[in-house]
Amino acid sequence: MTDTEERQDRQPEQISHVVVRFAGDSGDGMQLTGDRFTSVSALFGNDLSTFPDYPAEIRAPAGTVNGVSSFQVHISDHDITTPGDAPNVLVVMNPAALKADLHRLEQGGLLIINTDAFEERDLHKAGYDHNPLHDDFLSQYRVVEIPMTTLTQRATEPLGVKPRDAERSKNLFALGLVSWLYSRPTEPTIAWIENKFKDLVKESNLAAFRAGFAFGETTELFDHPYEVKPAQLPAGEYTNITGNVALAWGLVAAGQLAKLPVFLGSYPITPASDILHELSKHKHFGVRTVQAEDEIAAAGMALGSAFAGHLGVTTTSGPGVALKSETMSLAVSLELPLILVDIQRGGPSTGLPTKTEAADLNIAMFGRHGEAPLPIVAAYSPANCFDAAIEAARIALKYRTPVILLSDGYLANGSEPWKLPVPEDLPDISVSFQTEMNHTDAEGNPEYWPYLRDPDTLARPWAIPGTPGLMHRVGGIEKQDGSGNIDYSPANHSKMVHLRADKIAGIAADIPPATITGDADADVVLLGWGSTWAAIDAAVQRTRRAGTKVAWIHLTHLNPWPPNLGDLLRPFKRILVPELNMGQLCRLVRAEYLVDATPITKVQGLPFTSAELEAAIQEALS
Amino acid sequence: MSDTIVPLTTKKDWMSDQEVRWCPGCGDYGIMQAVQQLMPDLGIAPENTVFISGIGCSSRFPYYMNTYGMHSIHGRAPAIATGVAVARPDLDVWVITGDGDSLSIGGNHLIHALRRNVNLTILLFNNRIYGLTKGQYSPTSETGKVTKSTPMGSIDHPFNPLSVALGAEASFVARTHDLDRKHMMEVFRQAHAHKGASFVEIFQNCNVFNDSAFDDITSRNAREEMMIDLKHGQPIRFGADGHKGVVMGSDGQLRIMEVADVGEDALLVHDAHREDPGLAFALARLSHDDHSATPFGVFRDVQRGDYGSMVGAQLAQASEKKGPGDLHALLRSNGTWSVD
Ligand SMILES: Cc1ncc(C[n+]2csc(CCOP(=O)(O)OP(=O)(O)O)c2C)c(N)n1
Ligand code: SF4
Ligand SMILES: [Mg+2]
Repeated sequence: MTDTEERQDRQPEQISHVVVRFAGDSGDGMQLTGDRFTSVSALFGNDLSTFPDYPAEIRAPAGTVNGVSSFQVHISDHDITTPGDAPNVLVVMNPAALKADLHRLEQGGLLIINTDAFEERDLHKAGYDHNPLHDDFLSQYRVVEIPMTTLTQRATEPLGVKPRDAERSKNLFALGLVSWLYSRPTEPTIAWIENKFKDLVKESNLAAFRAGFAFGETTELFDHPYEVKPAQLPAGEYTNITGNVALAWGLVAAGQLAKLPVFLGSYPITPASDILHELSKHKHFGVRTVQAEDEIAAAGMALGSAFAGHLGVTTTSGPGVALKSETMSLAVSLELPLILVDIQRGGPSTGLPTKTEAADLNIAMFGRHGEAPLPIVAAYSPANCFDAAIEAARIALKYRTPVILLSDGYLANGSEPWKLPVPEDLPDISVSFQTEMNHTDAEGNPEYWPYLRDPDTLARPWAIPGTPGLMHRVGGIEKQDGSGNIDYSPANHSKMVHLRADKIAGIAADIPPATITGDADADVVLLGWGSTWAAIDAAVQRTRRAGTKVAWIHLTHLNPWPPNLGDLLRPFKRILVPELNMGQLCRLVRAEYLVDATPITKVQGLPFTSAELEAAIQEALS
Repeated sequence: MSDTIVPLTTKKDWMSDQEVRWCPGCGDYGIMQAVQQLMPDLGIAPENTVFISGIGCSSRFPYYMNTYGMHSIHGRAPAIATGVAVARPDLDVWVITGDGDSLSIGGNHLIHALRRNVNLTILLFNNRIYGLTKGQYSPTSETGKVTKSTPMGSIDHPFNPLSVALGAEASFVARTHDLDRKHMMEVFRQAHAHKGASFVEIFQNCNVFNDSAFDDITSRNAREEMMIDLKHGQPIRFGADGHKGVVMGSDGQLRIMEVADVGEDALLVHDAHREDPGLAFALARLSHDDHSATPFGVFRDVQRGDYGSMVGAQLAQASEKKGPGDLHALLRSNGTWSVD
């Protein structure tokens, strides 16, 4: 009794933020563990950012480094944007996880190890020829060794759970332990377990979770728990959201705001499939989803639905973008609204299907035959995927054009707290269908010209099947401006190529101008796009806190660019363009503005760390 | 269901003002005439009708119809038409395609549209050649065919389009030919009446690159002995005074026999509504070349839920269960917390 009282005195130490990484075998349930820790932290009110990192194989050989699945989460009592460069805490469930992730842990960081998985065989599978727990290999870290499997088995034994089955609950032991360590409330997790599982599995998981929590409380392995207070986020109602869910909800919202049914044609591909899954749940919004036979069909179906008056969407990743290319060119020629969502991943080919990269800017810009420009919108954070989807829809509908919306694996699976928008405050993006004849023929009879353009937007009218009198044919063959009749003549083709280009270029006047964050009088400016936003944000903040001036421009529209971009960039001595590719935006900016931009590239299937960008800024200044 | 009265149309209402650009003598003209003449009979309105085609000579067809239409991408018409039909089950959607368009580059989309039973009327203009690209062999060209791309004769084994369609779970499969407007109209009428995907192979003469390919079967003097007209519920017989008929042997093989030899009762009675596609498949493969007796008409016509209606039904079911979509509720569906 006295012991317990003493321990209860162990008051949590307040810390401002912590980065925890859960690492184990693919079969160890690390994604779920990380996800739960994230959810309670979100409910607790922390700001947070997550980075799930898992292998391409569903079950790579158990116990091998290739099979390691990790989930990194950064929780904080202040505004943060990244999942953290180096974890402060690393939980490893087996030697392979230690091998794969130890180098990420900060010097002196807390290393929590499931020692039960460090048998000779496990070590061998992970490629260790020694037991790293038995020498001073780990001396630079604060190591806490816990036989998690045994303790879980012991906790669940009275329930009649077989040892082999009990092993499956060990991730919840780990979750319980870390929940105690960071003073997380237990109720949400208990409620979640009770909801999610049934019968003996439920009981086993509950017992494991409670045992982990109690283990932290009762043992002396940790001096005291820690606490990360809720963040001072702006007042409002929040949810924790991943990029793919935000994007799917953005598409649902876009349909509502446009007063059009959403039609999704899609073929499963990592990391885009979750958008198909999510949209398939929202049929009561009138959302139609078809899992097509391939990406070509998926794009074709979406385009067909657009011809029929729906908000046509197709979602994919790099290889699928390549397959949709011909359809995108047709959509450019037909001048119909269509949204292609590309959740970028490491390429070429299958590349790194579960890892992030942003190397599809070139294919988005140029990956079509003929002169086929189209607008490109890029999301910059998980929550921003919602707004980006609405913006892509707005442009597609208003200008009757296919639009490519770029996200990436990091945004898709990463999550952050999102202050819910008020649906009534979202923009009205509705457009009207053509219902009347718009021209008169030589004999003075009214007729319909499908390519008679709006003089401001250059958009053509959208008359959908079912509208009496406006029957017309569209096609990929060059057509006469105005009448839309087949016309191969040299002058007309030239006119049409220019008109299509002018229409897209004109969108520049209809997007927000680029703005400078940080010091407008700095020598160095960072020009970013997409998911590098988080790392750039952190790097810029740190650099400025250290007393160095730096400026930052982040692009949300990659074609056309904001018209003021060139003027903003030119005054800076150095222009750095960080990209998760080999310098695709950098090359475009150099070509367009004749400025001496320098690429900062990273192609490891991983996001930038803020430290890497901080170093790049310092180097540019020296 | 709806009380809207479709105004009576005439053939002219269905003809666009575009100049028809097929080669003089091309079989495509006859098919177009049959379709345009049939449309007023169907009691539908041009504004509710959509023609979607791929690429090829045949795929120019939508330009000549005064309906909504799209001349799309080589091979992709069934996919694009699926988008139209699923988005708008109220429309009459037709697909116009060639043998190369639907069986080579677009084979995948064709079989999946048939399997899903999308409410489409698919007209395949089979001229056994690539017309638009000036005469290469196609997936339906006979083995040994000499073309620009096969100077020593084609070594490819051809598709039988009806076998492909039946293998792809098509619920309506028929064949007709470009020289008999009445036959075409009757087959098209039934294809249109069928709810779900209807597949019609039309023997079409390309008089420039594969002239007279079907003459041994469909020419006026050959027809009587070479065309087997399938009629639902009737014994399958043909030839002058119906002297020949189709019989199933004890080995399960279909054979053409003299009725006088086997007796009327031995003849196979055509049943287009049979659930099992086996007999339709056997009939589709009764002839293996362009020089033997070949069945025409409706091989198969069975009912199965059509895709667009089923998609719509799930939408209705979801709305009934969850109520109409509400963005406020959607945004809160994963749990929320408040910051004051
Ligand atoms: C992607 C693509 N590849 C190739 C072509 C060239 N092409 C146009 S039509 C055609 C073949 C047409 O043959 P078929 O479908 O039988 O139609 P037909 O002209 O005989 O009516 C080809 C190969 C194309 N338009 N697009
Ligand atoms: S090439 Fe053949 S199929 Fe094409 S239009 Fe001429 S005759 Fe008809
Ligand atoms: Mg052909």
